[in-house]
Amino acid sequence: MIFENKTIEEVEVWVNAGTVNDFPKDGGSNILYEGEQIAIFNFSTLNKWFATQNLCPHKKQMILSRGMLGTEGETPKVACPYHKKTFSLETGENLNGCEDTIKTYPVKIENDTVFVGYYEIK
Amino acid sequence: MTKIVIVGNGMVSYKLCEKLVEKKAAASITVIGEEPRPAYDRVHLSAYFEDANADKLSMASRDWYSENGIQLVTSEKVSQIDRDNKHVTTHNNSTYSYDYLVLATGSSAFVPPIKGVDKKGVFVYRTIEDLEMMMAYGKKASSAAVLGGGLLGLEAAKAALDMNLKTSVVEFAPRLMPRQLDEVGGELLKSKMEDLGVEILLGKATSQIAGDETMTGMDFTDGTKLDVEMLIISAGIRPRDELGKEAGLTLAERGGFVVNSLMQTNDPTIFAVGECASHENMIYGLVAPGYDMAEVVAEQIAKDNKEYKFEGFDMSTKLKLIGVDVASFGDPFCENVPHSPISIADQQAGVYKRLNISEDGKKLLGGILIGDADDYNMLHQMYINDMALPPHPVDLIAKGSGDGGAAIGVDALPDTAQVCSCENVSKGDICCSIQEDGITDINGIKKATKAGTGCGGCLPMVNNILEDTLKKMGATIRKEICEHFTYTRQELFDLIKVNEIKTFDELLAKYGKGAGCETCKPAVASLLASIWNDLILKEATIQDTNDRFLANIQKGGSYSVVPRIPGGEITPDKLIVIGEVAKEFDLYTKITGGQRIDLFGATLNDLPLIWERLINAGFESGHAYGKSLRTVKSCVGSTWCRFGLHDSVGFAIEIENRYKGLRSPHKLKGGVSGCIRECAEARGKDFGVIATEKGWNLYVGGNGGANPKHAVLLAGDISKEEVISYLDRYLMFYIKTAEPLQRTAPWQEKIEGGIDYLKQVIIEDSLGIGQQLEDDMEVLIANYSCEWKEAINNPKIKKRFAHFSNTDQDDPNQKFKRERGQRFPVAW
Repeated sequence: MIFENKTIEEVEVWVNAGTVNDFPKDGGSNILYEGEQIAIFNFSTLNKWFATQNLCPHKKQMILSRGMLGTEGETPKVACPYHKKTFSLETGENLNGCEDTIKTYPVKIENDTVFVGYYEIK
Repeated sequence: MTKIVIVGNGMVSYKLCEKLVEKKAAASITVIGEEPRPAYDRVHLSAYFEDANADKLSMASRDWYSENGIQLVTSEKVSQIDRDNKHVTTHNNSTYSYDYLVLATGSSAFVPPIKGVDKKGVFVYRTIEDLEMMMAYGKKASSAAVLGGGLLGLEAAKAALDMNLKTSVVEFAPRLMPRQLDEVGGELLKSKMEDLGVEILLGKATSQIAGDETMTGMDFTDGTKLDVEMLIISAGIRPRDELGKEAGLTLAERGGFVVNSLMQTNDPTIFAVGECASHENMIYGLVAPGYDMAEVVAEQIAKDNKEYKFEGFDMSTKLKLIGVDVASFGDPFCENVPHSPISIADQQAGVYKRLNISEDGKKLLGGILIGDADDYNMLHQMYINDMALPPHPVDLIAKGSGDGGAAIGVDALPDTAQVCSCENVSKGDICCSIQEDGITDINGIKKATKAGTGCGGCLPMVNNILEDTLKKMGATIRKEICEHFTYTRQELFDLIKVNEIKTFDELLAKYGKGAGCETCKPAVASLLASIWNDLILKEATIQDTNDRFLANIQKGGSYSVVPRIPGGEITPDKLIVIGEVAKEFDLYTKITGGQRIDLFGATLNDLPLIWERLINAGFESGHAYGKSLRTVKSCVGSTWCRFGLHDSVGFAIEIENRYKGLRSPHKLKGGVSGCIRECAEARGKDFGVIATEKGWNLYVGGNGGANPKHAVLLAGDISKEEVISYLDRYLMFYIKTAEPLQRTAPWQEKIEGGIDYLKQVIIEDSLGIGQQLEDDMEVLIANYSCEWKEAINNPKIKKRFAHFSNTDQDDPNQKFKRERGQRFPVAW
């Protein structure tokens, strides 16, 4: 199953990020790939997976994978643990302020293995 | 269709477009602006220095104009008005014909004729382009002076400070903001500015700007000099009326298009609005009157209404200048008006408040507020509405009346009272939107009435009106948790308990909607823990990050570790263990205010290893990360101290061990002192116990923090057993009924009947729930277990303490430095 978003055409490589069990229910984990940190979220209440950059643009902290998941209206979001800046998991947009938009990645699940669609930041 | 051409694209021009669209004017509108961008918010220009983000200041996008069928022409300057043929010509020879022409050309900075103002390094403070040039120049400079100590000048000084320049303000008058403040007020503002590192030079007339091609300083007429690398001129405004002369429009002596109360110039098809209009010889340099003028014009064009007139404007103002509240309203000086002034000046706190009361003592004529302008809205309303003063007008500005004035409530305001002056919204408009359109929240009011969408200064008052009106309508003000649960915390508490709900998902499925959020998840996590005291890590992802990782997150993504040291008593052996662990994991150590030791700088991966060592040495979690019992601080007590009456340390340890791990709406701190000298500062805690000759006094509801509160006496001269029983009841009652993240002091204050009511419930058991509260507490105490012990003994949980899930590495981005022999995170 592929959890698509706007960047799927740009995917350069599908990175094996571990098994489904490595990611807590309604929570995230962080992976290191080519020096980049990618936060992957198992949004089990919605039955969806998301991935974003791990860096919160507010105070430039590598932290978003430890953030809390939730929804605002229909939009799935993650809240940074430091100052509760929230970002849309679909578009990466900051929902409660004017922080920079964060990078999002597509995720696919094949036989309990989690793959994240990596592409380079342009 | 009527053809409207608006010259100028500032805030008032935009507001006029917005009003024309709103009133559905049958007109084709063209806006011609010489600046390259659509209208932006000049009022908050200095915010541009903080992050150079022009979009934040933008009032409307180009899309907004096109969506509403308005032609927006930027970077084009109107050079001529042809009144006979009714068209305007721009600098590149385009012509636009009109039926009505609106001049909203605004103003430019007034540059006084000082020798050398054309040198490099001299700037005016007016447009984003000015700012950009200034910022570029400021990067190479180390000092800046601002000419003009008025409102805009101090804004400019803030801009210079934000560029990290040594900043001086040069003012001709003998005080700052001479048009708004009196001498005492000006002096206080001066010392506040000086505290912030701004040099203030008063009574200085500039004779010339020194330097060759580039400025190097300023010379003053009194013979003194100032060495400075750049100068920002902010000495007032000059209306942009150059189009008028050739077109034969009447201009005022001090500049500006002369207009009547319908904003018409001497040509009735040409209007002027905003800072370029001179109404009864007055130029209004504020946004609110400009918006009112726009309304006058819009009414005429859209509805042919000539009854709505501009009748001068109240120049009252409240703003934050470099973090200092400054407000003045009505007649701040009353120089030639008989009046009796009342003032409060507190140099220490940096607060000055002055009220001018009419001679008969019945009316407010005006006033000045510096340092604390919380009462501005209410005072301003009293002034505009000619309201009767309370018997002791000093109550209006005395400490504690704040928050829109408790001395008189919003209830006393007439419906005609203008609450939001930016958007001209009255109290009646707001009440109407609540009563008739059924609006129940502040965002709804903003949408329906626009109140609070301008400067936002009236929002506290709008909120008070909302609560007051809802209350009168018989609606109870419900503090619902968030969009996912339409219940209050107390209701959720009962739902969870009665239905024996054990997980967030279960509660969400039964009583909520959506997928939860960062507000309801921790709130429910706290409730579940307060009711069942089950291991919080069973539902790790609904916990705030500190509870999720059982440690306090710090800058750089590391955590701090606080083992419990009950009552602050610790053996040498245990101290040695803490030292060894800190050394091994290179942790920064500090003694906390709660008499324990905090170990900072632990990586996520190291946390379980650190705790394994601590737990093996007999330590337990200190719950420093939780909204839960932190510490019970103690003084040395009767065992050592020659004054001590009872064993305060022993009792503190007993209490701390009793309530350790107790989850509550907010953190809980306690203290036990062995005598009235109160070395444990127990009355600054949520609960404090102080030894007396006959037993113990129990105090409740104190805290330190931003709003320090002394705990108040719940019961005096009681036994240890009674202390415990009352504390069980008090804490449990608090846990059951407080709002999320509400500490005991505000909870206690908001309870109807206050401490007297609490005494009835807790001591006299007036509700008959005393035994129940004690039993509930017993359950929680019986279910206590050390979270860290469970975490390190459970391999699945232990595995979660890792920065990456695909490698064992620590975060390579985490950076530390060494100072004073210890390790610190680098600043963010």
